[in-house]
Amino acid sequence: MDAPLPALIPPNVAAWFRSKGWAPHAHQTAMVEAAERGDSALLIAPTGGGKTLAGFLPSLIDLAERPREGLHTLYISPLKALAVDIQRNLETPIAEMRLPIRAETRTGDTPEAKRRRQRAHPPHILMTTPESLALLLSYADADRLFRGLRCVIVDELHALAGTKRGDLLALGLARLSRLAPAARRVGLSATVAEPDRLLAWLSRNGRLEASDVRLVLGRSGAQADIDILTTRERLPWGGRTAIHALGEVYERIRRHRTTLIFVNTRAQAELVFQALWKVNDDTLPIALHHGSLAVEQRRKVEGAMARGELRAVVATSSLDLGIDWAAVDLVVQIGAPKGSSRLVQRIGRANHRLDEPSRALLVPANRFEVLECRAALDAVHEHTLDGEAPRPGGIDVLAQHILGMACAAPFRPDDLYEEVVSAAPYAALSRDAFDDVLDFVTTGGYALGAYERFQRLRLREDGRMAIAGPAVARQYRMNVGTITQEALLRVRMARGPVLGEVEEYFIQGLTPGDTFLFAGQLLKFLGVREMEAQVAKGGGGDPKVPAYAGGRLPLTTHLADRVRAMLADPAQWDGLPEDVSEWLRLQRARSVLPSRDGLLVETFPKDGKRYLVAYAFEGRNAHQTLGMLLTRRMERVGLGPLGFVATDYVLAVWSLRSPSPEHGADMDALFDQDMLGDDLEAWMDESSMLRRTFRNVALIAGVIDRRHPGQEKTGRQVTFSSDLIYDVLRKHDPGHVLLRATRADAAGGLTDVRRLSDFLARVRGRIVHKDLDRISPLAVPVILEIGREKIDGSATDELLAAAADALVAEAMPEFDPPREPEPGRLTP
Amino acid sequence: MSGFPQTGAPACRTDDSRAALTLCGAALVADASGALLWPAEGVLAVADLHLEKGSAFAARGRMLPPYDTRATLDRLAALIERETPARVLCLGDSFHDRRAAERMAPGDVERLRGLTAAVAEWVWITGNHDPEPPQGLGGRAVAECRLGPLVFRHEAQPGAVGELSGHLHPAAALVLAGRQRVRDRCFATDGAKLILPAFGSFTGGLNVLNPAISGLLAPRFEALLTTRGRIHRFPCERLSPDAGR
Repeated sequence: MDAPLPALIPPNVAAWFRSKGWAPHAHQTAMVEAAERGDSALLIAPTGGGKTLAGFLPSLIDLAERPREGLHTLYISPLKALAVDIQRNLETPIAEMRLPIRAETRTGDTPEAKRRRQRAHPPHILMTTPESLALLLSYADADRLFRGLRCVIVDELHALAGTKRGDLLALGLARLSRLAPAARRVGLSATVAEPDRLLAWLSRNGRLEASDVRLVLGRSGAQADIDILTTRERLPWGGRTAIHALGEVYERIRRHRTTLIFVNTRAQAELVFQALWKVNDDTLPIALHHGSLAVEQRRKVEGAMARGELRAVVATSSLDLGIDWAAVDLVVQIGAPKGSSRLVQRIGRANHRLDEPSRALLVPANRFEVLECRAALDAVHEHTLDGEAPRPGGIDVLAQHILGMACAAPFRPDDLYEEVVSAAPYAALSRDAFDDVLDFVTTGGYALGAYERFQRLRLREDGRMAIAGPAVARQYRMNVGTITQEALLRVRMARGPVLGEVEEYFIQGLTPGDTFLFAGQLLKFLGVREMEAQVAKGGGGDPKVPAYAGGRLPLTTHLADRVRAMLADPAQWDGLPEDVSEWLRLQRARSVLPSRDGLLVETFPKDGKRYLVAYAFEGRNAHQTLGMLLTRRMERVGLGPLGFVATDYVLAVWSLRSPSPEHGADMDALFDQDMLGDDLEAWMDESSMLRRTFRNVALIAGVIDRRHPGQEKTGRQVTFSSDLIYDVLRKHDPGHVLLRATRADAAGGLTDVRRLSDFLARVRGRIVHKDLDRISPLAVPVILEIGREKIDGSATDELLAAAADALVAEAMPEFDPPREPEPGRLTP
Repeated sequence: MSGFPQTGAPACRTDDSRAALTLCGAALVADASGALLWPAEGVLAVADLHLEKGSAFAARGRMLPPYDTRATLDRLAALIERETPARVLCLGDSFHDRRAAERMAPGDVERLRGLTAAVAEWVWITGNHDPEPPQGLGGRAVAECRLGPLVFRHEAQPGAVGELSGHLHPAAALVLAGRQRVRDRCFATDGAKLILPAFGSFTGGLNVLNPAISGLLAPRFEALLTTRGRIHRFPCERLSPDAGR
């Protein structure tokens, strides 16, 4: 490792590398080179491999050569914990090289006194988050603080670009470029499918064509060594926890030094953790890590992991980012990875010495997941990754940013518009759209100009917009940020420590005495006291598992395409487990296999009802929307649809009558693209998903306040929900900018209308309908899902009537409550 | 996720939009709109309109939509047209604050004047938000109103019998099969008292199991949940608390 060091690296830094027995990686020197020329740079490298050091090295060198006062480098990470971790890691080289550099963190947890000091006497290197940066930029002294800035480092760029937090950061960077034109931008990213998109994101003009960013590729590691677990047990038809295979996973844990076990949701994490401890005969130290656990608990696990005290950790994406552990020699993915990029990033957590291959084991939980795991594995070997279409920047985020900029200093709308469109997510924003948002910030943007009197921004005589008073700035600073989430309740052991937080609605579904799995233990719910769920250990009965919102990501388009290709091509079945290939052969004999580009629809009778199963492979969100629209149409043509269930792979609808040409409902007509017209409009307006999306938009745009824990008063203090605002606005101002923003968000998110629309266009004229006399093998998994899943809100009326009727029947046994004519029972 | 087609829901049963109840011998009707009817006396009572709540927030920098007054008056006008009451009793907090009338859009002012003029007797019972309801909109202001065996006032008084009040914005929550959860405004009554839901478009609700409400009622009381144009009766044992609110 004693290669001669390039001349770019000054002697004291070179000496430090030698003292460690290291040589700088090629990508590290490339980053120094870029810095010497004043270029911005995007470093794409697998986790580990000294990526963070590569990002900081040029700044360390510059500060070592030319010591100075003031803020030199700003480092932005998506996680507070990561900022803290990186700061700690950077202290070592700074101390060992005796560099005159002060590096500090600034996050929501930083004490007020320290924050004030940081603004007056900034450190050389400041580690922070997108939200804290937005706050810093909203102060009048932002200009003084950032004027001398030389470099902005954005870590985990792949996780920020394309999200609302990324939008907020992009706008913040645009402002930084105005305050400090000389500052370079540095992006650090895990491997992604389309580096071009990140190059555009990072560039100072927001466009790829004119990108001023140099691309640096880290050495990719040895080819990953990935297996799919071939279980000795029978492969389950459904389910997502792979309980059947955990004995075999345990054997692998025993054979490795440290195993990282990834699951897709926090609920799965709890279940897998419990199940592993049931077979943990050697009482190996196996821990649990997910985003709902108390911070102290997570830090404890991370600490134990770093010290090599653990043999395995069951984790969710809470461990996807950041902290490096060289000791991990096996990564296990339970359940299908849902995307190949995610799989690659997770596998990257094993063996950070790049000369050794990462070892990974995929554990499919059911038969469809075997196909998906195989597709993901092929994708990794062929180096194809998911490319998601970029979404335009959020209007709500822009509204928040405009207000923040007004808090910093009065601005000319022309100047701010120019600045905003230099941020990639807003590069295509029209001036009209910008003015709409500005009007919203100023007066609420309502028709009639009802609030001219209450303007938050005032136009001054010099043509600049300024905040109307200091209260506006106070309000902005209390609500900055884009992370909106379900209200959370702390879970506290009675007279004991806080274990973590769960979504409020889960707790609402519990009655005292119920048990649930949380933080790796069986807990008994005692009640809610002072904003906390009080629990005790133990209890009996069937434990519930918190069903966290937003835990499940839909299958990516790229993987879905590979799964379809595999199904259609029997030559590819050879590598599949016998259970699975047998299943596919049976399907071929009894029905047909879905083709790669078309759509297979099966219909069959079961238990007196007619079932329709569409093998669309477009992910659960798009399927859910398709289910809503399809049942509306079936209702209209008199098929009497009773309900539907959507998985990542298929949609199943059950009805009183079968679709047939005499009902004017052949498959081509049923799946016609025109369902995206009026039906979609009507449904979107009613949809609870739109309400949820609106709430987030209204929060970010600053129409409603965040609930600050501890601020709720008792009794009289009545909160009112965003639903009330949504209903009134929808009726009286349907074109309002917030409603447009809500629809735009939902189209790409919870309703996934964009993907559905592409799908309907693709399968047009290629629908194969098989009318069967009984259920096909491929339809079994989805039919098993029925009744397991939570019922959607639209059945509320039936359920309410049923609940009320049941009470009547209980109270008056002789009285037979009138029944509705059959629609909408709970199970088929 | 699974779901039921919305169009598959049966047509609204008209008798589901009303519930009959008796208070001190008076035969009353709770309407799914949140209004209370007393047919024998030609009374229509509504509580907590909170007119101009949206603009009150806007004046403090929270740009809530300005349409709440119009939306509330729309619903009130429709009710009055349907029920043709001889008396309209507004049980206090009809105006969100003392300056509400000044902020009201001219069209809404005319609308409200038209409504108060169209009814033989219009009574503004005063509330904590509107101790002095605005002049010039029609109707008369009183602290409380006695009619036969019943008394109408803003805030319930402990132990009072035959009393109808508002102020507390009662709401009820319950968990249905399939873990579906419903929470909406409700009437709350124990046979001696009746607390009306808030009628205003921007008025939230306080869970009836909160001691601020349940403490005023007998241990066994009933909630009449108004949701999606229907009204459903539930004994208090069947209701769920809110977590954390």
